[in-house]
Amino acid sequence: MIEYATLEKGMDIGSTTIHVNRADLVRYAGASGDFNPIHWNERFATEVGLPGVIAHGMFTMGAAVQLVSNWAGNPGAVIDYQTRFTKPVPVADPAGSNPSEHEGTAVEISGAIGALDADARTARVDLTVTFEGTKVLVKAQALVQF
Amino acid sequence: MSINPELAGRSYPAQDPYVVGREKIREFAAAVKATHRAHYDVAAAAELGHADLLAPPTFAIIVAQRADAQLINDPSSGIDFSRVVHADQRFTHHRPIIAGDELLAELHVDTVRAMGGGAMISTRAEITTTSGDKVATTISSILVRGEDQ
Repeated sequence: MIEYATLEKGMDIGSTTIHVNRADLVRYAGASGDFNPIHWNERFATEVGLPGVIAHGMFTMGAAVQLVSNWAGNPGAVIDYQTRFTKPVPVADPAGSNPSEHEGTAVEISGAIGALDADARTARVDLTVTFEGTKVLVKAQALVQF
Repeated sequence: MSINPELAGRSYPAQDPYVVGREKIREFAAAVKATHRAHYDVAAAAELGHADLLAPPTFAIIVAQRADAQLINDPSSGIDFSRVVHADQRFTHHRPIIAGDELLAELHVDTVRAMGGGAMISTRAEITTTSGDKVATTISSILVRGEDQ
């Protein structure tokens, strides 16, 4: 249990790595109802000018917030969450691999406290979400109610 | 076909209620690789004061994108879905979403900005229960790429 009074701006809340493969994208498409073929069909993705199949921005946004949910101890405490999607996360399909078992693309996630509002008892967690060192989400901020 | 500049200010009324099911929460939570027990185990959710399984923080996207589909599929909007890129997303939760909720989403087109040959369109879904309680406000911007982008 986190004591609100002990929090300070700039404090790290931790980091994690999420792996995403082609099977994960099919699963997210089904669960979310977002069946845009750029997230599961290589031919279509390249025909519309992408380097290949890319992850749903909402997959990355949804997966990244887990760091905050688990830190807060209650996913229901995340009262506001926003991001801009700036770079795609390509998800490769290497020859000879099983798309369900392949390790997939690694997305690195870390978080730090960006602001505190003692009157409202909230903490804003700023997330850094990168693929191969480049930010894929920008201004990814989650507001946690204590 | 180009984007209809008169879309801004348009709204689309709520359609049939979206009923939040336990298995859908579990399925969505697994799909975003969320591990918190409150998404899977009713007793774990109850320990945190939730009356049923707790939806993950981005679960409302299911309801919001169903509302957005009304705009995207509206022939008068001029939006070619194959040219749509998700630019930004925000969720403001007035209270957590839990299993058993029956949700309505009213869609508002807040702004339309021409960008090159395309347009940036911001929409807002006001999500309430069928009894009128505010649950969440979602704001989404989509970039519709022009023919040369």
